[in-house]
Amino acid sequence: MKKFKEIKNFTLNFGPQHPAAHGVLRLVLELEGEIVTKADPHIGLLHRGTEKLIEYKNFIQALPYFDRLDYVSMMAQEHAYSLAIEKMLKCKVPLRAQYIRVLFCEITRILNHLLALTTHAIDVGAVTPFLWAFEEREKLMEFYERVSGARMHAAYIRPGGVSYDIPLGLLDDIYDFSKQFVHRIDELEEMLTGNRIWKQRLVDVGVVSLDEALNWGFSGVMLRASGAYWDLRKTDPYDVYDRLDFKIPVGSNGDCYDRYLIRVEEMRQSLHLIQQCLNNMPTGLVKSDNKKLTPPSRALMKHSMESLIHHFKLFSEGFVIPSGEVYTVVEAPKGEFGVFLVANDTNKPYRCRIKSPGFLHLQGIDFMSKGHMLADVVTMIGTQDIVFGEVDR
Amino acid sequence: MLVNNFLLYLKESCLRWITGLVYNNNYIVIYSSRNDFYKLLRFLQLHTVFQMKSLMDVFAVDYPSRLDRFEINYNLLSLRFNFRVLVKTFTSEIKPIQSVSFLYNSALWLEREIWDLFGVYFLNHADLRRILTDYGFEGFPFRKDFPLSGYVELRYDDSEKRLVMEPIELTQEFRHFDFRSPWEIKN
Repeated sequence: MKKFKEIKNFTLNFGPQHPAAHGVLRLVLELEGEIVTKADPHIGLLHRGTEKLIEYKNFIQALPYFDRLDYVSMMAQEHAYSLAIEKMLKCKVPLRAQYIRVLFCEITRILNHLLALTTHAIDVGAVTPFLWAFEEREKLMEFYERVSGARMHAAYIRPGGVSYDIPLGLLDDIYDFSKQFVHRIDELEEMLTGNRIWKQRLVDVGVVSLDEALNWGFSGVMLRASGAYWDLRKTDPYDVYDRLDFKIPVGSNGDCYDRYLIRVEEMRQSLHLIQQCLNNMPTGLVKSDNKKLTPPSRALMKHSMESLIHHFKLFSEGFVIPSGEVYTVVEAPKGEFGVFLVANDTNKPYRCRIKSPGFLHLQGIDFMSKGHMLADVVTMIGTQDIVFGEVDR
Repeated sequence: MLVNNFLLYLKESCLRWITGLVYNNNYIVIYSSRNDFYKLLRFLQLHTVFQMKSLMDVFAVDYPSRLDRFEINYNLLSLRFNFRVLVKTFTSEIKPIQSVSFLYNSALWLEREIWDLFGVYFLNHADLRRILTDYGFEGFPFRKDFPLSGYVELRYDDSEKRLVMEPIELTQEFRHFDFRSPWEIKN
């Protein structure tokens, strides 16, 4: 006869098919009643070995893989990779291309935050903002389509510039969009910001102190909500960000509600940036005229033998990067997205390390959810803005 | 200017832990031996002059021809002074290295990832399980000698009503195109 009854904590499998798991997250939760004592995310269900695949592709062929990492902020990642190559080749990018890049990176940021906020709202129980936001996302993806031909996996930002010039009338339409989108943000805020249920679910949930955020390697919104004034667009400006005027929202409590507010404010700042880009958009080339790096235009290719050779060489051999290594970071919508590229005098990367923000954020879910209720885990996954394409790579 | 001061101070204060020092574009690269890098990281984390409070990334690069084939990179960030340091150390399959997860929590998963993909063992790591590959996966896929297509393939067997794992069968040999112009190759 045993004198004491052994009590075992309840272990719960959360996902991989749970809709609030944002994809393929298998979260093994240890529960004490309804209180979470341990959260052990099992990731890798979407692991495709992107870094390995890139080692077998030449530098241009590797670019589209970056769209497929975080599939809701595509161009931000192409941007990081293109910057890495430009830094290695010490290549200058024409000003117009830089403005186009920034313009589309900010469109991407809105695209991402719309998804992040509204799916978060769905997880917490508000379906309406999601339906509204996806209307707007559709418009933004139309801009993507008009500029690159693809709604999502654009492969638009290329080493040396962007792949095509902007079609006629697109800037006007982006301007029209930016004028009306402010009201859409207002509507979103009316629905959520003061909402009693929304606040009950978010305020003081998943508090991350600044020290914790630093020690766990958080970046982006997760870091700023904890009170750090840190945005790579300001602290380590790339392209034309240093010429543009924008503000960095910083939180004070480090809870889910702060992160929500920061994302909303970032959308407004992105709109501001978009309008500045539209107003200041210079004329000129959209890609470097170094023909070893960027392809010639179709028309030129049909008429000039030299261009034809360049085109053929570029799309068969690609370009050779002298050995060396470089680390570039950009402020992707989710946080610090880095590319570490090792080249060895060939046309293929020797190693391409992809530093994704989501991987480190998801790691933090264990300490964030400790002591919280089971339902709050859903809130935390939402607030971290996890996308498995980049977590699993 | 700031960087020069940092470099100077680094050389003065912890020269015996450093085997090489390079300034590369916008970050400092420090080479350190397997035994000393832990002390160096602790120094950089806590010292007022550096305050590298975040470990943003840990990753490995495989150079099979070298004696210590794995180059482990620690990407440190100082928010206070806005600069990055890349600490590099070298190890091989049979030489485990010290885990830095006691200094930086973010290293927990990053080291798990290196263990999973490269097979570098980390000493004193609290939870060194595989992370990205499948349950029961064998081998270390990101090593240079691991083939891109892998060794096994998975399919659903309708008669057995379960997933079965079989040695990989390619209908076409893996094609490796070398488009490089032979007269331009250096080396």
